[in-house]
Amino acid sequence: MDSQTVLLAVLDGLSYGALLFLVAVGITIIFGVMNIVNMAHGSMFAIGGYLAATVGGWLLAASLSPYWAAVLLPVVAVVVGVVLGGLLESLLIRRIYGKDPVLQLLVTFAAFMIFEDLQRLVWGGQPYSSSELVSALGVIDVLGISYTTYQLLVVPGTALLVFFALRLALRRTLVGKQVMAVAHHREVSTTLGINVRRVCLFTFMAGSALGALGGAMSVQTTSWVLGIGAEMIVLSFAVAATAGLGQIEGALVAAVLIGLARSFSVYLLPELEVLMPYIIMTLVLLFRPQGLFSVAQARRV
Amino acid sequence: MRSASMQTASPLDASKKAPRLPLFLAISGALALLAVLLPQALPWIKTPFIFSTAFGIAALGVAILVRAGQVSFGHAMYMCLAGYFVAYLSRWAGGLDAILLLLGGTGFAALCGLVIGSFVVRYRTIFFGMLNLALSMVLFAVLGKFYHYTGGTDGMRVNRAAIFGVRLDRDGFESALLYLSVALAMLIGYAVHRYFRSAAGEALAAMKTNETRLEYVGISTYRVFLTGYVLSAALCGLAGAIFAISQGLVTPEMGYWVRSGEIVFISILGGVIHPVGAFIGSLIFEFVKLYAAAYLTGAWQMTLGTVLLVMVFFAPDGVAGLLARRILAQEGQERKAGGRP
Repeated sequence: MDSQTVLLAVLDGLSYGALLFLVAVGITIIFGVMNIVNMAHGSMFAIGGYLAATVGGWLLAASLSPYWAAVLLPVVAVVVGVVLGGLLESLLIRRIYGKDPVLQLLVTFAAFMIFEDLQRLVWGGQPYSSSELVSALGVIDVLGISYTTYQLLVVPGTALLVFFALRLALRRTLVGKQVMAVAHHREVSTTLGINVRRVCLFTFMAGSALGALGGAMSVQTTSWVLGIGAEMIVLSFAVAATAGLGQIEGALVAAVLIGLARSFSVYLLPELEVLMPYIIMTLVLLFRPQGLFSVAQARRV
Repeated sequence: MRSASMQTASPLDASKKAPRLPLFLAISGALALLAVLLPQALPWIKTPFIFSTAFGIAALGVAILVRAGQVSFGHAMYMCLAGYFVAYLSRWAGGLDAILLLLGGTGFAALCGLVIGSFVVRYRTIFFGMLNLALSMVLFAVLGKFYHYTGGTDGMRVNRAAIFGVRLDRDGFESALLYLSVALAMLIGYAVHRYFRSAAGEALAAMKTNETRLEYVGISTYRVFLTGYVLSAALCGLAGAIFAISQGLVTPEMGYWVRSGEIVFISILGGVIHPVGAFIGSLIFEFVKLYAAAYLTGAWQMTLGTVLLVMVFFAPDGVAGLLARRILAQEGQERKAGGRP
């Protein structure tokens, strides 16, 4: 492996890891606050991508500048998050907080199944893609390698922006502090006068919007087919579990780790490419059963 | 079935009550009769019945874990492992009897369950579910990638085997396989029922209630859970072997995580309170799927998802739980009326 290939693998890995982080951090904050693993998160990713591709098509038809897509991607994500995430939370998730974890998983699994068919009904079976923004942004030369600006700067930049914005919001704003309080202890937060219902709804919308943002950004470089959400849900779980559930910083590290491992295996061991995330997750959990960055928790007997 | 020794395990408290059992027994008998008699009138229904029996056995395996409060989103992996093992057996040792294939598949799945289980059972709730899921995805990807050994995504063929040394034509083979799987299902249902009432089975259910207390009385939760895990892997393996022999083809798709989710779905739909629940669940599942695929093209997942939601919100103990509750209510009325002490 010469230095050019190494660099290429690193760039691939960072860009892929950034996308992975966007999706996984959504599932992570939802789990952190509500203790619910949202199986329907993959659907948010898929629908975000489909919608972004559709909107990209409209832009093209209206012969607007492809740079508009840069404005539209976050809008698409927020719309998906607020509408679908809001519906999901207020219709289903809100009713299952106190229930058996098995039933909670099944409810989100049912939502996932329903969304899966909705995608088929709305977008059909043909593949979608939308690469106008990527080609409009052009390429950059990095040490002799031409790499698309989109994957080199825009995607990792967005991921970092989201990461720092989340950290800042959770630590410095009132809403963020309320979210942290609910994550620590639901009942105590209620007695402190926090509107737990609203906090949960808000968190769920934000988490879903992040999943959709990941999708909207992925569809620029990947071809969108049915079943892509089912793949992504497992991957983002792998990231979240490797990190330790509920750990935002951990999710960033784990996503980059898995992204790099995957891109290096593309060049070194192509057969193992798809397996890399799961191998890493299994290895990590073998030695750190609660994930890399988990903190000690009080046991309730 | 001893009614006196049933105490704490069941989710519904009054499961000690004896009258429930005759009902569930009657349902089991009725289901078996239905599966044997209906195909005489409607031959096309054989395959759906074989599939639903197979998925019932798999769901029963998952139900064992659900009783321990754990849910695995990767148990289709054992169906898949057993299926491929059967395919290899029939390729290498051609002319092997279907009985041996079933045994081989089940044994192989149990062995894999023991190896994987020995480290997976240390995890709980979501980590348990996700580790199983991750491992099943590894298997799925490996089977799809190594084309030369596994036939890639096209899968492998399983040639039609003899049953008990008798070679049959397609129709006769399907009938024989149906009877065989129904008989196996009855046998397994009874065995699992006994297991639920045994010390190991009761301890398994106690894991859900309070694991620390279980350890405190000196019972190793690791061993209890590992036993349950291997058992569930073996049952899923048997289901996979039946499925592979009946379909004559195994594909990586058998082990996809969505299939695992469906098995969990079936076990919850039927209810884990009694083994017959798994078979009620699988029958409903298979036929909802069949009819939804025929009449609501492209919307069968939506239909199943809706059914699942309705179940979780209105009957979280599944169909079997609904039945049990109904009997309890009736008993209560009788008692009020002074009918029975």
